[in-house]
Amino acid sequence: MEYSLAILVLPLCAFLFLGLFSKVLSHKISGIIGTCSLAVVAVLSYVVAFTYFTTCNVDGVWQTVMPINFEWLSFTQNLHIDLGILLDPISVMMLVVISTVSLMVHIYSMGYMKGEKGFQRYYAILSLFTFSMLGLVIATNIFQMYIFWELVGVSSYLLIGFYYTKPSAVAASKKAFIVTRFADLGFLMGILILSYFTGTFDFGVLTENNGFNVISSMQGISFMGISAATWAMTLIFIGGAGKSAMFPLHIWLPDAMEGPTPVSALIHAATMVVAGVYLVARLFPVYCFATPEVLTLIAYVGAFTALFAAVIAITQTDIKRVLAFSTISQIAYMMVALGVSGYNGHDGLGYMSSMFHLFTHAFFKALLFLGAGSVIHAVHSNEMKNMGGLKKYMPITHITFLIACLAIAGIPPFSGFFSKDEILAAAFMHDKIIFVTLWVVAGLTAFYMFRLYYNIFWGEESVHEHVPHESPKIMTYPLLFLALLSIVAGLIPFGELVSADKIPLHTHIEWGVATAGVLVALTGIFVARTFYRKKSEMPARIAISLGRLYRATAKKFYIDEVWYFVTRKIIFRHVSTPIAKFDKKYIDGTMDAIGNTTVKTSEITKNLQSGRVQWYAWVFITGVLIITVVFLLSRG
Amino acid sequence: MEKLLDFFNININFDVIPMEWYLVVSTMMFFVGIVGFIIRKNLLAVLISVELVLNAAELNFAVFNRYLYPGALEGMFFSLFGIAIAAAETAVAIAIIINVYRNMNNIDTDSVEQLKH
Repeated sequence: MEYSLAILVLPLCAFLFLGLFSKVLSHKISGIIGTCSLAVVAVLSYVVAFTYFTTCNVDGVWQTVMPINFEWLSFTQNLHIDLGILLDPISVMMLVVISTVSLMVHIYSMGYMKGEKGFQRYYAILSLFTFSMLGLVIATNIFQMYIFWELVGVSSYLLIGFYYTKPSAVAASKKAFIVTRFADLGFLMGILILSYFTGTFDFGVLTENNGFNVISSMQGISFMGISAATWAMTLIFIGGAGKSAMFPLHIWLPDAMEGPTPVSALIHAATMVVAGVYLVARLFPVYCFATPEVLTLIAYVGAFTALFAAVIAITQTDIKRVLAFSTISQIAYMMVALGVSGYNGHDGLGYMSSMFHLFTHAFFKALLFLGAGSVIHAVHSNEMKNMGGLKKYMPITHITFLIACLAIAGIPPFSGFFSKDEILAAAFMHDKIIFVTLWVVAGLTAFYMFRLYYNIFWGEESVHEHVPHESPKIMTYPLLFLALLSIVAGLIPFGELVSADKIPLHTHIEWGVATAGVLVALTGIFVARTFYRKKSEMPARIAISLGRLYRATAKKFYIDEVWYFVTRKIIFRHVSTPIAKFDKKYIDGTMDAIGNTTVKTSEITKNLQSGRVQWYAWVFITGVLIITVVFLLSRG
Repeated sequence: MEKLLDFFNININFDVIPMEWYLVVSTMMFFVGIVGFIIRKNLLAVLISVELVLNAAELNFAVFNRYLYPGALEGMFFSLFGIAIAAAETAVAIAIIINVYRNMNNIDTDSVEQLKH
């Protein structure tokens, strides 16, 4: 399957071509070039997926295939950085997800971004992002993954800051970059610790024999009472938590909504933000056998984040921010599922359900964002209060948005139901507290999604400058396609294809859990309907009665303020400023002194060069004579 | 002359003039040249002084060859080369001096002090 290399090369070429010739190409041509290259990539991904899932199952176990792998940098005999392509069920699944969503976003953007300044740049960076994301998922070793991980961060930064004349967009892009970069520091340290002890970067070696290499090489080594393996895996998780917006590193994701909406759909909903989940899944055998305590940490962090983000989502009024917090909550769901998972057979349900939810979530969340983009395109505002009653103007957007809402709420037979049910079942088997949390979150999810839905499409019509209209076909077709996927994606027998131990897992719907989940979702929908379908005083009255709690939630529990306090008031003022002063005063001072001394000395000595040649000769002769005399005297 | 030498009780064989006599002459030429180079203000006088220094050196070559290695001729040839080079050098120096004169309307060493910091 060497042709899978083309999946990487094509978007890279598109990026280089569009980037280099952006001044020459017209908007239409550059859009078509970007979209066509992505279409080819998508087709290739489907071919790879089909070939893989039809041929690579040997004795009932999914094989790991490396069509290409070459040594790039070598440090020692064992420790070398390779570049290559690794195909196993999850990477193939990710290829399909990324290329599909990316293709839809490329097509959609041709309508959404029409006439925008920097259209070519937009498509160029979109291609760069797709390249990096595809490179990330097919990485054969953790270092290659890290390289693409950073590339993904850069392209995300560039796309959030696409409207670079808007100060809020610039601030948001910097925030996203710095927060994720800060988390990536943890990732890098984790990689270094891991590779220092195991002597390898390779995923295959790290995870073989149930993480035996990690366990044996780090046995008995500990730092501050915590074993080296735990440190390494926790640090790697912190990297993943930064990209996947886990509490308390989630602060960048809501702000990242400053970017163009299709970008939010692609990067901040469907693909990049699940990179952290993918990273944990990739190293899952190590987590599971070497450091189960980190897995527990992941489960609790995930559960807390899911609840926390869902609560905030209820109070937000910017529709993209609601979706952003919903994304955080849903990704946390995937993290929890990994955290509660075991390895063998049915214990691995959590792993499988996490990947399943990643798969289905990508489609319906991309659909939600693209739908929101379509709405924003029509009313030119992100605020709920400027919407309302849009369903008669935008029938297609309305229907597809409803499908996505039903899918994320977990109503059968939409895709979200199946994956969410598996996650709830896995949590139920493992830990009752986490299960209850997730169950509540499922209800909240349904509530805030339908709050959004009713506020946009029902309720009282607000005053518009001009009558809203349905988006052009180039935007509605991707919506329809993604809606179709949101309906049918759950019917795929996912456990047969992806499982923790790579042996097909036969899953069935846990009816008890499923009923509980659907009931709570229906309750959420019902409450949202009574509150928001028609204009009602209820939500405002509840908000007032909750008082301070409501305000705290609307302010996102002041997490941003806490970070600002920690960074500005403590780190900047008490650490960075003294260090900067020391640097300016002493380090720079020493260097300045050396320079100034040189200047002053030469100011004095340059007068010796008087231009009077006879004076030179006089000095020269005198010197010679003095030397001669000294020489003669010293010889006695 | 002979009486004078007798008076000072100096015995000289005029057939064989000792090497030191030549060296005394060349040393005198050398230092006269040096002093002239340093104190004269006229560029032509400075040039002449330089010639004196050069000629002192060439005289040394010839003398050392004649007295120390009578069979060889290398020192003589060095002297010849030196004379040729001195001629070329004089041509260049004169050209420079003419240009100085064109620019400054004099050939004082004090007027060519521009080449400095």
